[in-house]
Amino acid sequence: MTGLRSPALRSAALSLMILALVLLVWHLATLGGAAPVAPKAAMTAEEIEYAKLLGKDVSGGGADAAKSGFPTLAQMGQAIATQLASPFYDNGPNDKGVGLQLAYSLARVGLGFAIAAVVAIPLGFLIGMSPLVYRALDPFIQVLKPISPLAWMPLALYTIKDSNISGIFVIFICSVWPMLLNTAFGVAGVRREWLNVARTLEVKPLRRAFEVILPAAAPTILTGMRISMGIAWLVIVAAEMLVGGTGIGYFVWNEWNNLSLPNVIFAILMIGLVGMLLDLMFARLQKAVTYVD
Amino acid sequence: MSTDGHDYLRIEGLAKTYPGSVEPVFDSVNFGMQRGEFVVIIGHSGCGKTTILNVLAGLEQASEGYVFMDGREVSGPSLERGVVFQGHALMPWLSVRKNIAFAVRSKWPDWSATQVNAQVERYVEMVGLGGAIDKKPSQLSGGMKQRVGIARAFAIQPKMLLLDEPFGALDALTRGSIQDELLKICAETRQTVFMITHDVDEAILLADRILLMSNGPQARVAEIVRNTMPRSRQRATLHHDPQYYRIRNHLVDFLVARSKDLSHGRAPAQPAEVSPGLTEPESAPVQPVHLRRIA
Repeated sequence: MTGLRSPALRSAALSLMILALVLLVWHLATLGGAAPVAPKAAMTAEEIEYAKLLGKDVSGGGADAAKSGFPTLAQMGQAIATQLASPFYDNGPNDKGVGLQLAYSLARVGLGFAIAAVVAIPLGFLIGMSPLVYRALDPFIQVLKPISPLAWMPLALYTIKDSNISGIFVIFICSVWPMLLNTAFGVAGVRREWLNVARTLEVKPLRRAFEVILPAAAPTILTGMRISMGIAWLVIVAAEMLVGGTGIGYFVWNEWNNLSLPNVIFAILMIGLVGMLLDLMFARLQKAVTYVD
Repeated sequence: MSTDGHDYLRIEGLAKTYPGSVEPVFDSVNFGMQRGEFVVIIGHSGCGKTTILNVLAGLEQASEGYVFMDGREVSGPSLERGVVFQGHALMPWLSVRKNIAFAVRSKWPDWSATQVNAQVERYVEMVGLGGAIDKKPSQLSGGMKQRVGIARAFAIQPKMLLLDEPFGALDALTRGSIQDELLKICAETRQTVFMITHDVDEAILLADRILLMSNGPQARVAEIVRNTMPRSRQRATLHHDPQYYRIRNHLVDFLVARSKDLSHGRAPAQPAEVSPGLTEPESAPVQPVHLRRIA
């Protein structure tokens, strides 16, 4: 038990126990299988047809019954193994590997997020440095900020006429606000004394922006970017369910239409995992630019 | 001497009224400074010392009056005047080396990295921080940070140095050792310095002349005290000089008793210059005034 004295080990052990408990509950819940279908012999031809239409398996006996309900752990493991075995296969529009779909989603998020950063950070600088611009733009920001990014979708589809670019636009519009507001907040909060140092040294505006204001505001700006990335990753799934075609959101919707719950659950896990990795990346960046005062 | 027209720095009729208040914080502030002179301004809080320093630095605009340096009017911040700020104002994301290099590159944008580095190292060495040159400000003590602030101001070799109560936040021991260093550096570089302090002893140790400000509102430079003690002063032996207590008592008398009565513009617009160190003590021997810091 000596190893368990370290808090990190103890929390890891607890995490594993919780995981084991969840898996056990899952296993027990799926053990009995779905609502057992009455034996084939006892059904009329119409009833068998109806059961098939409902997606219930009527061919076998009780042993196969579980197949039609919530997946068991074994089925789940099988699904994960198949998906991970070839994550990048491409068998046409409705059958692509999960890795490929994730790559599509990441590309959309990356592009929308990058455009948002290019717009939001310079604009945030402007707003942060000028109280006049801040007051002028504030009503617009306050109205636009609470709008669900998906509400823009019809407008985007109508004006852009391209579902792929519309998806990117939706990511752009949801990423832009946290970055804009945090940049403005960070820039406005740069300490007067640092600006005074720059003034007494006759530092030119561009150099002041890059060498004083940017590093001073960087932790706040990175916080905004991290929030934006989190929202963008949430929104991409919903957006892709709407526009369809490619992406992890479409994958989830497609597998739902295929009634392949193991694949849906697998996709959910992957969404969570990628979201965590993205957040971790921004946490690293944030740490790199944070300074101790 | 202060009005002979050859002053290096000349302040004329300076006044500052903050928006919304009727009476100016200070008005009719007149004084001059010679090249290479160390002038200290002392006065109670709220008399506008920092505002005057900021006007000299070009960071703030006066409501009335002019500042001339070397025959030209001061109208904005300039590399000719280095400032040591009250709260050191180092950039916490840069190391000591880079903080000073930032200033050096501002002054000499065409210098090579080697030249910049040589200048930086020279001035860091001067304040005795050679060992901490690559540390971040957060890893330094308050006294070390203020030393870096001083090195940064000196490193751009300004024509004039402005110090806004640079040792106010330091403990007495640290303050003493940095005062000694500042004294040494100023003697070596013949730097023109204008400094704010609350500390009477610091003023006597460092200054050639001490400007006494009356209380605000409508504060003025009410009197200028010439420090007649020899310039090679040392903190350890300062109080053995017979002039020391005469000057000190004069300063403390002003701050404790007279500065209040001279508020609301009752101080003269053109301050008289006095040398209390030279006047023979009156019949009774001078009682050392109880040591205290005027806050």
